[in-house]
Amino acid sequence: MKLTWSDVTPEAAYLSRRAFIAAGIAAVATPALGLGGKPSAFSTDEKPNSLQEITNYNNFYEFGTGKTDPAQNSGSLKTSPWSVQIDGLVDRPGSYGVEDLVPEAALEERIYRLRCVEAWSMVIPWLGVPLSGVLDKAGVQSGAKFVAFETLHDPEQMPGQRSRIIDWPYREGLRLDEAMHPLTILATGLYGRVLPNQNGAPIRLVVPWKYGFKSIKSIVRITLTDKQPPTSWQMLQPSEYGFYANVNPQVDHPRWSQATERRIGSGLFGGRQDTLMFNGYGEQVAGLYTGMDLAKNY
Amino acid sequence: MVQHLNGWLRRLPVWAVWLLGLIPLALLVWDTLQGNLGVDPVRDIEHRLGRTAIYFLLATLAVTPLLRLTRLNMMRFRQALGLICFTYALCHLAAWVVFDMAFLWAQMLKDVAKRPYLIFGMLAFVMLLALAVTSNRASIRRMGARWRQLHRLIYPAAILGALHWLWALKVWESRPVVVFCGILLLLLLRLRLITAAVRR
Repeated sequence: MKLTWSDVTPEAAYLSRRAFIAAGIAAVATPALGLGGKPSAFSTDEKPNSLQEITNYNNFYEFGTGKTDPAQNSGSLKTSPWSVQIDGLVDRPGSYGVEDLVPEAALEERIYRLRCVEAWSMVIPWLGVPLSGVLDKAGVQSGAKFVAFETLHDPEQMPGQRSRIIDWPYREGLRLDEAMHPLTILATGLYGRVLPNQNGAPIRLVVPWKYGFKSIKSIVRITLTDKQPPTSWQMLQPSEYGFYANVNPQVDHPRWSQATERRIGSGLFGGRQDTLMFNGYGEQVAGLYTGMDLAKNY
Repeated sequence: MVQHLNGWLRRLPVWAVWLLGLIPLALLVWDTLQGNLGVDPVRDIEHRLGRTAIYFLLATLAVTPLLRLTRLNMMRFRQALGLICFTYALCHLAAWVVFDMAFLWAQMLKDVAKRPYLIFGMLAFVMLLALAVTSNRASIRRMGARWRQLHRLIYPAAILGALHWLWALKVWESRPVVVFCGILLLLLLRLRLITAAVRR
């Protein structure tokens, strides 16, 4: 039997540890692998999925198309040292270390719903910082309108890239106002620990009101630009995946309905729940899209 | 060698094929009860049943070409193989209705009418159902030549079943592509055998 961290740390103990940390004894109580994060008002009070679920059900085609492939094959990814190239329309372009972009002291815990375009969902306690602060560090120039992201491209470390199912490297993008929104974070951890490789180590994007594929993993490049950047799934199948990819129960994927979703971990008879507009974050983000036809800008 | 195998196959009772054919189902039930299915058991159950159905469909289709090309005679087991395929297809559909869609009839009906992969899958299932209910001596006697015509539906059912699999995925994956090519190959073989027979 393979032991995992979830076997070592039962969720109840983990939860009580969080309370413990919150009580202000963080420095003493945090174990070696552990990371702490300030609680956030943006966190949902829904019950997070277990670490076992979050780390063994991943879409990360760089390591294979199966849901457990990333857990099995991502050991070859070398996440340290790691730097992120920030370029394009910024005042201070250059290569930034992960620790410079996301200092441990600045980490916040954001418990977010994640809605996959495949109509399943999870709740994940991320550790990260708002992307806006990171972009401010690089100094966004006034001409910038979009942010483009790229994942590492290295078939040696990412064996799934040997098959050309996607035009590697994986690319994603946001409009600048989406990128600067306080809900948008760069995550370097989850469940009080360093981000596991299969979840996009060492640094990934999390945009909770968009389908999961927008939240690009293992980022090596962030480019500020004045043009809407091409994104991987849109390049592959533009009729099915748009640039915006906002969670929207009224706009179906051409091949399947997006009206409902299955919450992972709810068991054989868990059934389905209604998918919420903007994944339930409408109050915060609907204003970004006023006047836009979301059926056209899917 | 083939004669030897055929002699052995003649002694193998049909119920033994049923028993072997139900092993994947038994393993699935075992894995479900033991919690071996991983993070999303619904998906695993649904997909394993669907895959097994199509593998048995391939096996059923292979019986005639095997006999013609290698003289290996599995004709006695063809009916059982076809019915085992149908059993898995039925379980696959039931898993979708009960576990995946949780009896959301309105959404299921809308989806089946609208989504190509579900239309393909459902058409394939209806065809297999027609074959399964006429898969008995009484039907063969009653239907005569029409029985043979009806049972050619196994080819469109196989193609639709494989398309159902391919169309449900976001990218081209190797397993369903191999299965789809296998079905096309068997279909081509069959067409050649039929034309050869006509010429003779």
